[in-house]
This record gives sequence, C-alpha cells and structure tokens, in this order.
Amino acid sequence: MVENRPFLTFLTHAFLISGFLIVAFPVYVAIVASTHDAQTLMSSAVPLLPGSHFLENYTAIFTNVSAANGLPSFPLMAMNSLIMALVITFGKIAISILSAFAIVYFRFPLRLLAFWIIFITLMLPVEVRIMPTYKIVADLGMLNSWAGLTIPLIASATATFLFRQFFMTVPEEMLEASRVDGAGPMKFFRDILLPLSQTNIAALFVILFIYGWIQYLWPVLVTTDLGYYTLMMGMKRMVAVQDGEIQWNLVMAGAVLAMLPPVAIVMLMQRLFIRGLTETEK
Amino acid sequence: METKRSTFNNRLLPYLLLAPQLIITLVFFIWPAGQAIKSSFEREDPFGMSTVFVGLTHYKRLFLDPNYLQSLMTTAVFAVSVTVISMGLGLLFAVAVDRLARSAKVYTTLLVWPYAVAPVIAGILWFFLFNNTTGILPYYLASLGIRWDHTLNPTHAMILLIIAAAWKQISYNFLFFLAGLQSVPQSLMEAAAIDGSGPIKRFFTISLPLLSPTTFFLFIINVNYTMFDTFSIVDATTQGGPAQSTNILVYKVYQDGYLGLNLGSSAAQSVVLMLIVVVLTVIQFRFVERRVQY
Repeated sequence: MVENRPFLTFLTHAFLISGFLIVAFPVYVAIVASTHDAQTLMSSAVPLLPGSHFLENYTAIFTNVSAANGLPSFPLMAMNSLIMALVITFGKIAISILSAFAIVYFRFPLRLLAFWIIFITLMLPVEVRIMPTYKIVADLGMLNSWAGLTIPLIASATATFLFRQFFMTVPEEMLEASRVDGAGPMKFFRDILLPLSQTNIAALFVILFIYGWIQYLWPVLVTTDLGYYTLMMGMKRMVAVQDGEIQWNLVMAGAVLAMLPPVAIVMLMQRLFIRGLTETEK
Repeated sequence: METKRSTFNNRLLPYLLLAPQLIITLVFFIWPAGQAIKSSFEREDPFGMSTVFVGLTHYKRLFLDPNYLQSLMTTAVFAVSVTVISMGLGLLFAVAVDRLARSAKVYTTLLVWPYAVAPVIAGILWFFLFNNTTGILPYYLASLGIRWDHTLNPTHAMILLIIAAAWKQISYNFLFFLAGLQSVPQSLMEAAAIDGSGPIKRFFTISLPLLSPTTFFLFIINVNYTMFDTFSIVDATTQGGPAQSTNILVYKVYQDGYLGLNLGSSAAQSVVLMLIVVVLTVIQFRFVERRVQY
C-alpha cells in the first residue's frame, strides 16, 4: 500500500466481507437446508438457522435415498465420480507430457502437423460436437463403459502447451550432460525431466481433477446403465422428479457432499491451483 | 516453431510418444468434427439407409428459423450479461484485495472456491433459492411486491440463469485480475502518489490501462464459458424454457439432435458453434502471442 488511509482500509474490509457473504450465501442456505426435515422445507421459506436433522439426513443419503429415486447408491455414484476424475486426470497428464516431450526434444517429419492436430482440440469442446462424437463412441461399442466415459475427454491441448512451455525453459546443458553420460531419451525423460516437472504436474492435477469431477454432459450422453452413474447425474435426477415432491433436505445434503472434494482441494492446494490455472490460462 | 538446439536422434520414438494423444484426437475430435461438417450438407432418410447431398439447405433453413434466431439472440444476451457481471465483480474484489497486503491471502481463499463448484450443483443451488414453493428469495421478493416465477416468466428464467452462471465465474475473473494488479510496478504507484494523485485516480490512470490485456483475455474466456460450459446450468434449472426463452445454442444442439433426432439441423448447428469457437480461439491466441513478446 502506498499510503495509509485507515478509513479506506476499513471500507475495503467491509466491502470484501459483504462480498464474501453474498458469494457464500447459496452454499450457506444449502448447508442449513440439509439439517432440516422435509416438512420444514416444504411448509414455508427455508429457515436461516440450522435445524436438528443433520445426522438423519446425511445417514439417509447414504442408505435409503437412492433406491427411492431409482438411483444407484450414493457411495457408488461418488466412487464413479472419483474413478472418472482420476482416470481423466492421470490420462491427460500422461499423454500430454509424452507428446510435449516428443515435440520439444525430437526433430522429425510431420512434427508441425502433429502440433497443429493437437492445437485443434482447443477449438472443439465436447459440447460443440455432441452428436457425432456420441455416434462414434456408440459405433465403437463404448457406451456404458469406463473407456467411453473417459477416453474422449482425455486429449488435452492446454496441458500439452503447458509442458511444452516448461520444457523450453529447461537448460540445454541438461540434455547435453545426460548425453555425455550416455543416457538415452527415455532415461533422460525419467531421471531428469519428470522430477523437474513435479510442480507443474501437481498444479495440473488440481485443475484436471476438478475438471473431471464436475463433468456432466458427457456422462449423461454415454451412460444409461445405473452402474456408471456419477454424482452430478444423480444430483440432477434427484431434482428432476416428475410427480411428487423434491426431497430438498436430501438433495441439499447430497449437493454439499458433492461440492466438498473439489472445493476442499482448491482451498488446501490454493498456491498450486492458482499456478496451474494462470500458467495454462485455461 | 522453436526447438531445442540439440535434440535426440531417433526415428520411431517420437511417433510412439505422440501416438496416444494423436489417436484420441483423431478418433474423438477430428473425425466427429468432420462427420458433423459432412452431415450438415446431407439429408438422411429416417431409417438411416441412404443419404442425399442437399448443399446448404440445412443452413438456409436454420437461419430462416425464428426459433434459431431467437436462440442466437438469447445466447448473446446471456453471454454478455454473465461476462459483464462476473468480470465487474471479479475486478472489484481484486482491487479491494490488492489494497490489503496483510490479509490478501485470507480473502483470496474466501473468494476462490466457487470455481470448484460443478455447474450442475450451482444450477441446483440457485434453483433451490429461487424455487417458487420453498425458495427463500421469492419469499422476500413477494414482500417487495414481486411475484417470482421462473417457470412461467421468461425474464425471471433468464435472470436465474445469469445469476447462477455469473456466480460460478466470479472467482476465476478475480484470480486473473488480482494477478494482473499485483504485477503493476509499485514504483509507478509511488511516483503517482508523490505527485498527489489519490487511489481512485491512480486506479483509472495506471492500473486500469495496464490491466487491458488481462481484461481482453478474460472477455474471450468468459464468452467461451457462457456459450459452452453452461450447458449443465441450463439443464439443471430451466431446460431452455419457458417458451424457448433460455434455450441457448449449446442446449439447442442437444435438444434438436439428441432428444429430437433432427440430425441434419443439429449437425449444421454444431458447425456454426465450431466456427464461433474457432474465431474466439484465434482471437485469443493472436492476443496471447502478442503479449508474450512484451
């Protein structure tokens, strides 16, 4: 701060705190709603103070709610979301770091073409090519399978660019020295490049995990089998009740649980998360 | 494109390293995109037995269809509103946090987490808050004389969608604006302060002009976000209704193609969307390249 203005500082704090309260309001209401019983939520506007049904609702979500909605059990959906997020994360990191390595450390015919093919994926988000991609996955017999759920989401231009950018900053001497020591390309990759990339990998991990965890459209398209339902699909189904009342207390308990992992990761790994985000600019 | 001065000599290895990425890209990105372009020029009979080349018929019909034109309009309104609101608030928060050296980290933590909330969940949360029978906001709006009903009132539906989408995006804009503000040289600020300009004048004459690249970058990213990533917010709240009033382009592709099975039109819509992303991406990259040279 350039000069000291106590009043302005006070105003700034007041502004930020009220800003935070407004931003946090929906989540606060969700937490409060998840501690009341269905009756209380239906009778009038949601109370602003927590109720006494916390344990009851959160136990119910794990035991009987799913069957009532024709959904698989909550732990199964959470497990599916976790598997999907992890496969996408590791898959994206693995194939991007390898292709960045190829592009930076080798000179070969069609290198530029390969680079452009990867670059194009930036322009083709899954939302844009819904029908044809769905059709190809169906033709390959990959509907209702882990492969169908994850592989089409694994290619990643941004991660490749991030690694490429980082590799460009690794000193030339590293390669020359390891060459003198008689190391081949894969040994150089494993013993030098991989350890140097640790922070980048960790930062990407945070962002990509969130990306995988919050996927919605793709799983809705490729899975009809209840065994592959993810949390996001389940939550949507609980709200889209055709006849009968929405069990808001349970929906909110589910929403709170579904938010918890990615939000916790962002708050705990803030430094890495920001680094990954601002460096990939995605 | 730059490479290292010294590289490895190996004929086969680079192709092996690139293979997984390239195979996935070709099979699940390039091939379907090509298919979309191809079938946007064809009509398929209902049993999928034969296809006829029909030229630009699908596109012509699309741009003469009032529903599609309305969807374009809706998307524009939605994209601009969300972008303006989320960038405005993001900037305000960033300026405030930037002033407070000591507690900046705490406030960043407090403001950054909505990024990690899934769009579906954001939709469900706001749907609950604005729900007619149980929601807390219609209850207070009623005491102001406003009868809230986003299932019947198109304006209300759009407002609900804009709030839900902007809420999730504030933290992203905040982070980038904060990073931008923190890279403004302190010496410039001090010099201006010695010359007697106050914090508000300093913001408008120094910080804001230096933030213009960040602002432009965020503008493109936000338009991209509202046009494509908000699918699940629409699906969880309004499903394009009432009366098509929130049926943004991405949602319409899904409705016409996946639910309505109108393949030719859906393919043409996909191609239009691809063109929009291509334009946005190219603009973004030209800008990023330019900024790298600074």
